[in-house]
Amino acid sequence: MNHLFTNTGSSSFTEFLGAYAPNLLPTRERALAAPVGDQIPHATTIVAVTCAGGVVMAGDRRATSGNIISQRDIEKVFRTDDHSCMGIAGTASMGLEVARLFRVELEHYEKTEGRSLSTEGKAQRLATMIRGNLGMAMQGLAVVPLFAAYDENAGKGRIFSYDVGGGPYEQHDHHSIGSGSIFARGSLKKLYRPESTPRDAVLACLHALYDAADDDSATGGPDVTRKIWPVVAVITEDGFRRLPDEEVAELVQSMLEGRMTDPEGPTAPLR
Amino acid sequence: MSMPFGYASPEQIMRDRAEYARKGIARGRSVVVMQYADGILFVAPNPSKALHKISEIYDRIGFAAVGRYNEFESLRLAGIRYADINGYTFNRNDVTGRGLANLYAQQLGMIFTESIKSLEVEIVVAEVGETPNDDQIYRLTFDGSVFDEQGMAVIGGQSDAVAGRLKERYRDGLPLPRALDAALAALTEPGGERPPSTQLEVAVLDRSREHRKFLRLTGARLERLLAEAAAAAEQEAEEAPESPESGEEGTAPAGDRTPPTAPEGDIDTGSPE
Repeated sequence: MNHLFTNTGSSSFTEFLGAYAPNLLPTRERALAAPVGDQIPHATTIVAVTCAGGVVMAGDRRATSGNIISQRDIEKVFRTDDHSCMGIAGTASMGLEVARLFRVELEHYEKTEGRSLSTEGKAQRLATMIRGNLGMAMQGLAVVPLFAAYDENAGKGRIFSYDVGGGPYEQHDHHSIGSGSIFARGSLKKLYRPESTPRDAVLACLHALYDAADDDSATGGPDVTRKIWPVVAVITEDGFRRLPDEEVAELVQSMLEGRMTDPEGPTAPLR
Repeated sequence: MSMPFGYASPEQIMRDRAEYARKGIARGRSVVVMQYADGILFVAPNPSKALHKISEIYDRIGFAAVGRYNEFESLRLAGIRYADINGYTFNRNDVTGRGLANLYAQQLGMIFTESIKSLEVEIVVAEVGETPNDDQIYRLTFDGSVFDEQGMAVIGGQSDAVAGRLKERYRDGLPLPRALDAALAALTEPGGERPPSTQLEVAVLDRSREHRKFLRLTGARLERLLAEAAAAAEQEAEEAPESPESGEEGTAPAGDRTPPTAPEGDIDTGSPE
């Protein structure tokens, strides 16, 4: 531990980890014997929507290994610091590890420098971490995050997406990742209202996840019998807030009631 | 051509180093770390907005230091690295104040015995627990001695005088405004003016907070708290009008008024007062 004191280094925890204990970094093995894609759990759909004074992110709770549902209540949306969160799609285990490392990365900078990273800075750091996993992604262990943050300088919510090679790509209004994302995105296109209240934005996310689950077998819908609801995070000026289960349950129930009579959900006006 | 050099006994060398470190530390102002009802309070007179004496190390762990800035800053950074790497390797709950205090003790002790100059720092590592009984406050001196403090710790130049004043006012489970009032009264010389909010660095480890317990109190929030502290002081004075130590009455012995000097005595042996 002694060179902790002499090696001043930079404020990046990832760089420090790479020099000090590279074995703890999310794995960068050169080659696997064979692609293992279908045999390990995959996390599926994440949606994010900007709203008045912030941003909302929601994720379903299903993880699949091929055609098997490997977990019904996995959590895929993580608080990364007071004003940001990330959701993961792709190889679940690697996604969890990247989320854990990213959280420490942001905190480490904040503690050593006495200030938070800028929103762009956070998005860039995440891109570098994802790029580091490119070799594994080519072997079938891809992990792709969605990053959302409240930008204190701009005073609004922002969304960044990535691909296996990194990024970030800033997205406007709304975005979605994972296997059900094409359906969720179509749904959000029609349900998105600029400058809506956070509550309405949450409802739009729940509808989008429902539509994704409707058409994508790997995305889980709300599990009414087991009372497993999507994970919903709202980030505003006041910081990150994960909605308690009761609050999500109430919104899901109202959505389900509407769908009882109208299974396709709300319709957008044609003209 | 060989240079003759004098012999100094190890005792002499250690004494000189301790003396040197004490003098350096005595030049700075004191920092108070104390328990209050919901956690641990840190108060430091510090006119600088950028150079902190108080810092967050990890979820439940805070750090306070006096002495040479560059020296305690490197200790602080090393502490953050130690905590982050352990929390990442194992679990966030596996980072403890005790482990950090041990790391610092080793480093300080090693530098004290092996380097020409010992570090001119005195630090506090505080960890807030689930209940007040689980709170821990460790004070570490320049030679690597660790003191497991109960309820409060004072470091820096006039630490004895400040600790004396703080002991008079300290109670278990004080609400935050009263605790802040007690700390400010202790940090203010009898009859002196209390520092304004711009000259203060105040932070808490608040056990009721989620995720990270450390919170720096600045700006409007600190102003509000100072006003509450002043109100608490008045209320206290009303409740106990005969009590001599309320407010800035200046009843402390005249000896406390003399400017700070280096503490006398032998090197620290690690035994508490």
